[in-house]
Order: sequence, then C-alpha cells, then structure tokens
Amino acid sequence: MAKLTKAIRETGAYLCIQCGRCSSVCPVARLNNTYSPRRLLTSALKGNEQTLFENNSIWTCLTCGRCNEVCPQDIDYIEMTKAIRNAAQKNDHEAVCSHGGAFQSLMRIMTNDKLQQNRMEWIPSSAKIKTKGDILYFVGCLPYFDAFFSDIGVKTLDAARSVLKLLNSIGVEPVLLPNERCCGHDLIWGGDKENFLKLAKHNIEEIKKSGAKKVIFSCAEGYRTFKIDYEKYMGPLDFEVEHISTFLAPYIKRGEISLKPKKMKITYQDACRLGRHMGMYEEPRELLEAVPELELVEMKKNRSNALCCGTSAWLNCDIYSKRIQMKRLQDALDTGAALLTVACPKCEIHFRCAMNDKTSNKTLKIDIQHFITLLINSEDKK
Amino acid sequence: MKDKLEPKIVCFACNWCSYPAADGAGINRMQYPSNIRIVRVMCGGRINPSFVLKAFELGADGVLITTCHFEDCHYLFGARIAKDNYDKLEKMTKILGIEPERLRLEWISAAESPKFAKVMREFTEGVKKLGKNPCGKTN
Repeated sequence: MAKLTKAIRETGAYLCIQCGRCSSVCPVARLNNTYSPRRLLTSALKGNEQTLFENNSIWTCLTCGRCNEVCPQDIDYIEMTKAIRNAAQKNDHEAVCSHGGAFQSLMRIMTNDKLQQNRMEWIPSSAKIKTKGDILYFVGCLPYFDAFFSDIGVKTLDAARSVLKLLNSIGVEPVLLPNERCCGHDLIWGGDKENFLKLAKHNIEEIKKSGAKKVIFSCAEGYRTFKIDYEKYMGPLDFEVEHISTFLAPYIKRGEISLKPKKMKITYQDACRLGRHMGMYEEPRELLEAVPELELVEMKKNRSNALCCGTSAWLNCDIYSKRIQMKRLQDALDTGAALLTVACPKCEIHFRCAMNDKTSNKTLKIDIQHFITLLINSEDKK
Repeated sequence: MKDKLEPKIVCFACNWCSYPAADGAGINRMQYPSNIRIVRVMCGGRINPSFVLKAFELGADGVLITTCHFEDCHYLFGARIAKDNYDKLEKMTKILGIEPERLRLEWISAAESPKFAKVMREFTEGVKKLGKNPCGKTN
C-alpha cells in the first residue's frame, strides 16, 4: 500500500487545525453538501487509505487553489489532492473521468515514441515559422480541442493564430514543434504520474533538439506545468519558460505592436492555473488595458477570489460543475460586458459547454475569446 | 514480418442491426477473418469517442463502428449520434497521425449478413497492409 505519509509531511497537511476555511470557500462544497475538503484531509490524516481511495470525492476537487489561499496553516491542499490521486491510481482505483476518459486515452496515446502527429494544419500560410531557433511557441492540445468540441463551437486555435501573428509582427519567427506532445497537466492532476513523466521527457527532448532557449505559452495550464511541475519532477530545464503576456509586455510598452482602438466592454476570467497557481493576475490585464478604448470591467469575484470554470483535468464533470459554470457566466453577464476573455482553453470549453447545455438558461449567452486575440485587429485574424 | 501480422481489430456492433447481421453471417457459415473482436452495444449512439481512443491506446490495430442505417435506428436518432461521434474521431485520429484506414464507420442492417462479412474482409485486408498500430501500448 502506498503511504501518504511523505505527502502529508511535504504539503504540511499535519498542521491542519480543522478550522474548515477550505470547505467554506470551496466552490464545489458550496453547492454540493456531500463534498468537504476538510473532511477529505482529515480522513487522509487518519491514515485509513483504503476508505479514502474508495471515496469518489477525491476526484471532485477542482484543484483551483481557493483553499490554499485562505488556509491559515499554509497547507498545500491541491498538492495533497495530487498525492492522494496518485496513490489511489497506484492502488488500482480508477479516476472518474469526464468525456468517458477520451482525453486521458488521447494523452496516453501520445506517450508512444513512434507516434507521428499531423498537428500543424491550422497554421495559416502567411505565418512565418521555423524548425530551429531561439524562441519556441508551445501550442498545447489546442488542435485536439477544436476537433473534439467542434459541435459546441470551440475555437481555441484563434488564440494560437493570434500569437503567431503578434510574434511575426515584432519580427520573431517562432519554432513550432511538429511532434509536440500534451504537456501532461491533466495526467499529473489525475494522479497518473508515470505517463506524465513520459510526456515530459518527450517534450523536453524535442525542445532540446530544436535548440530553443525560450519557450512561450499562451495556455495557462501548459505554462504552469512547465514552470512548476517539469522542474519539480524532471530537474532544472535548459530553457526559459515564459507566458505570452510577460513576453509581449515590453514590446507593447515600447509601442512596437500597433494596437488599433476597440470600442468594447469586456471582462476577464482569471484562470486558476495562471492566477492562483502562478500569481499572474495583473499581466494579462495590463495587456488588455493597453488596447485603446477597450474597457475592462471586473466581475464581482476576481483575481485570487475568482471562481473556477467548474471542472479541471477532465475529471468528474457533474451537475455541480454545470452550476458553477452558470454562476460564473451570470457574473460575467452582470458586468454588462459584451465579451468574456479567458486565459485558458479549458475555461472557454467549459463555458461554451454550459451555454450549449439543453437545461441552461437561454439568456446565459456571452461571446468568449482568449484575451490575446484582442491584441490584433479583428479583420486580419485569419 | 509484415505479411505475418495478425491485426487486432475491435468492432463495435449495435444490438439491433449489426450484431444480428454478424449472427446471421455465422449461422450461414460465411467466412470472415478471425481478427475481429466484436463488442456488442445497445445502440451505435452509445459508442463514445473514448471507447475508440481507448481501443487504440490499448493496442487495437483497427476499429470498426457498425450501426443501423439512419432510418432503421431502433432508438430513432442513435445512428446519427454515432455519425457525429465518428466525425469527431475522424478529425482527432487525423491529427494524432493514425491512418484513416484504421477507423471505419459502416451501416449494416440485420438482413445484410453478406455485407457484414464483406466489410470485415475488406477492413482486415486494409489494416494488414498498414501493419501495426503506431500508438498502441503493447509496442
């Protein structure tokens, strides 16, 4: 039996004073009274692992990090969740996956050495890219998302096209990997460390081969995974990892990117991976504020208080996830904004799914885009 | 090596049309390759994309989805759902670099046993030519 003792020590879980603040802020526990982060942690501390693993609640946590923010003892609850899930998978307890586990299968397929993907078809012919160079743009699973969620109108690749356009406009020709794998974010958060390590190894090797010194991300999850998890599990990286917002900021400050005015009212959804996990609240906002005439209005809960988009790591999507999504959409509509900007492709997918849900309120309709798409002119998006 | 390959093929067959067709093929002693492993589902619409991806993940060399014709569907719109799911899968497997010949959707009614046997023969031949699935767990 896998022991959680090590994780309990590392995350500081033994310091728990059972104050219940985690349960009071948890977006799931607010709606689902059978779920309680405090109770789960207590049961992990008691050491009765078998009962803990059999409890389906361990797959419910969104790992959004709200509990980490408020914990008076600074317990790293989400790392603890990761450890519990990993131990559960090692003991043959299957994860409760959304979409029937399609994405978990997809990621595990990608661990294979012999796989040769066709993932570059979305790149517009006008974009300039290289196969070897200093700066690499890591696209992530966006081509797969657009294929799988075509029925609900998901267009996450718009963000990638915008990034290419912006990079080209400042004279940067990024490297794009033809055989880039998934970053493994959803596997590690679902407890499948073994396959995560395989994916990480592939990606690091491919990046090394390309000779890149800097890797840029537009996806919040990929950024977090490379910056924190790859270093943690694979040792220090030979290249620098940077989010697109901090990469572009100096160019915008110097006026090297021409921003056309956009008369529009928008709001911004903090991705939990970018915000609470990486502490980047202001950087995307600064980019948006640089666009002339663009008005950024905040939702009632923003920055570290932001509500999560309801599901993470393709685990356990249920009625409570839907309610969280609808609540957040209502928040966005209440601001009076015409557009909801996101920083993570999953936020877009989950909100679109909630809007297309047959049981959802028909008035919950708002346009959703990655915030980076606002930096380019709408007419030359393609 | 390649000619000796005996591919593993998973066939999802719906309970009301394709599975009886397979049954009929057996009763009438029609010959078709033994590489096919049939998984019976109640309806073609039940075949979630994850089933097919899981089959590829675990080393299937080809996946066949067989359902009723649209107008014959026992559950009225199940065959259409199967088609929608298949369209998604087609796009996904294309990006993944899995050859299109490894995945096929076929409409076979309960009376079309000869067609069932024919499709199985054709598909197995096609997969045999391609060789082993590049993304399976077993290699």
